[in-house]
Amino acid sequence: MSEDKKPVIKKIQSTGPMRALMGEYFMELDEAAKTGSAKVAWCTSVGPAELLRAFGFLVYFPENHGALLGSSRLASDLIPAANALGYSPDICSYLTSDVGSYLKKQTPLSRAFGMETVPKPDVLAYNTNQCRDVQDWFSFYQREFDVPLVGVDTMRNVGDITKDHLDGLVGQYKALVPVLEEVTGTRLDLDRLREVIRSSYQCTLGWKKVLRIAEQAPSPITFFDGTIHMGPAVVLRGDDRAVAYYETLSAELEARVADGVAAVEDEKWRFYWDGMPVWGKLRDHAEFFGARKACVVASTYCNSWIFEDLAHDDPFEGMARAYTELFIVRNEEFKERYLTNMVRDYGINGLVYHDSKTCPNNANNRYGMPQRLARKLGLPYVVFQGDLNDLRMYSEEQTRTQFEALVEQLHEQA
Amino acid sequence: MTAPAYFCGVDVGASATKVVLVDARGNAVGMAVNPSGVDYDQTARQCLDQALLEADLQREAVVRTVSTGYGRTNVSFADDSLTEIHCHGVGCHHHIPGALTLVDIGGQDNKVIRLDDHGRRVDFCMNRKCAAGTGAFIEEIALRLDLDVGDMDGLAQSTDDAVRLSSFCTVFAKTEILAHLRTGVAVASIVRGTFESVITRVLEMDPLDGTVALTGGVVAHNPTVADILSARVGRTVEVPPHPQFTGALGAALVALKQGSD
Repeated sequence: MSEDKKPVIKKIQSTGPMRALMGEYFMELDEAAKTGSAKVAWCTSVGPAELLRAFGFLVYFPENHGALLGSSRLASDLIPAANALGYSPDICSYLTSDVGSYLKKQTPLSRAFGMETVPKPDVLAYNTNQCRDVQDWFSFYQREFDVPLVGVDTMRNVGDITKDHLDGLVGQYKALVPVLEEVTGTRLDLDRLREVIRSSYQCTLGWKKVLRIAEQAPSPITFFDGTIHMGPAVVLRGDDRAVAYYETLSAELEARVADGVAAVEDEKWRFYWDGMPVWGKLRDHAEFFGARKACVVASTYCNSWIFEDLAHDDPFEGMARAYTELFIVRNEEFKERYLTNMVRDYGINGLVYHDSKTCPNNANNRYGMPQRLARKLGLPYVVFQGDLNDLRMYSEEQTRTQFEALVEQLHEQA
Repeated sequence: MTAPAYFCGVDVGASATKVVLVDARGNAVGMAVNPSGVDYDQTARQCLDQALLEADLQREAVVRTVSTGYGRTNVSFADDSLTEIHCHGVGCHHHIPGALTLVDIGGQDNKVIRLDDHGRRVDFCMNRKCAAGTGAFIEEIALRLDLDVGDMDGLAQSTDDAVRLSSFCTVFAKTEILAHLRTGVAVASIVRGTFESVITRVLEMDPLDGTVALTGGVVAHNPTVADILSARVGRTVEVPPHPQFTGALGAALVALKQGSD
């Protein structure tokens, strides 16, 4: 049963163009911050990026930087610096990694793109639809950079999205406009906003298509691939280059399906991953499952950048709906239905729940969900304790044993 | 006439390494245990040699070996390896057939494994990262109380009074003990409270329905733990023979099955 032979990770050819695109994105930000050629806005990853882009801001996402700090494993060296300032080891480790990065003046962008530092902001815009930590995170930078901080406080634990929710949110989105007008010295161009939203919606459709290709068995893409290839959907939605990228990627994946090329050789088991990735262990986890002929085909995480309600006629209501329809914002009943549907759509054999220590809002094991779904669906699951960035919270041996035991259980039941 | 075949199971745990040899009918014929130390392969070989000696066998008699436990991949003479979650289930089902909930309290982690009538795993869970509630916790408390670990069970049995240790954290529990010592609480009550605390941590993992079995080094050395668990779940908890060897026995039985397939 034990498989220590390293599997071949099949390289997705579109990774090259994707890296080039991400490089362009960061170099443009660097240039703007250095020369003032464009204003820079910092935005939470599921925040009002379209509105910012409509104003001509180049948009930088600290959460994306947090993921880079995790995957480069710089996070473990940087988090203690933020802890020492009073940012607890128990709060979001994207926040503590990123603040630590700022304090210690270290960024993986230096090595990847030759950037001396992250681009300085002209404005900070958050949305608490994911958690309150993003507001505290941006507040730190507001104090450091003395630039305007604006935000949207989204309701949480939402069941059906009602008119009351939307009225409140639309009001909040509209209230951002005067501040952004003042920072840029321009008036909001509604036609431009519609254009950006149209592009963002096209990006959503492209990214969703990529993720849904994994319904095919064998799947041509894994969750671990998805965490890399979602980059443009996070940082460049609203920019047509992201739309073009997902056309390239989905064409490659469709060709794989047509040729019977699987992401995991001899795929035997199909898993669902709930919760955050462990960024510093992405490759290890990909190889671990791959070696056991197990493909993690779908996840809550990668699907969190699908914003279908952007298609709404009214751009403000579209943004309000799109950034509230997300899994993370919704109540437990919605989440249970969502996971049930994903299990059905992707032909899942087992579920992996990551109980991420510092990201409780992305950990869906804490209110009995795994046990309820196991009873309902009759599928095995494992809950492992870890963290998105803070590897002090992660036990390699316990995690490997639990993953392996899950695969053994499927073999036993087969 | 071919020589009789024997099968070996090696369980390299966080604290101790166990070896069990079984014959072709699944009867245990030799077993050995040693602290895992730092060279797992060497310790496994040492255990194998001791078990062979007990069974009066030569190495050549062993036709297949399966390893399990945290150090399972370090056993160079193993033909295959499986998780301790699987092997504990197999080993326990061998002694206690039928559906059951198995609680294994090991040196560094606790497992709750639910088996169906056929011994197939229904589900499992492991303790959270902290070692509170595991064998390591008992060792830490023994150290704090300046006791030999081997004296803990006798002390726990000597009293019905148990102090309440409520912390999830081993370090905090030791601080709680400090407070009890300051107020003159008897050491035996603290030891019994430590065992109660171990069982409380287990009961936080799972409701423990149906037949419950208890395995692992902790119950092997501290049978009082089984009495406490029985009292807490309101029915007698089964303890298979040689509970510390359950995982190694399971691994040997897997080796036997693989060798017979």
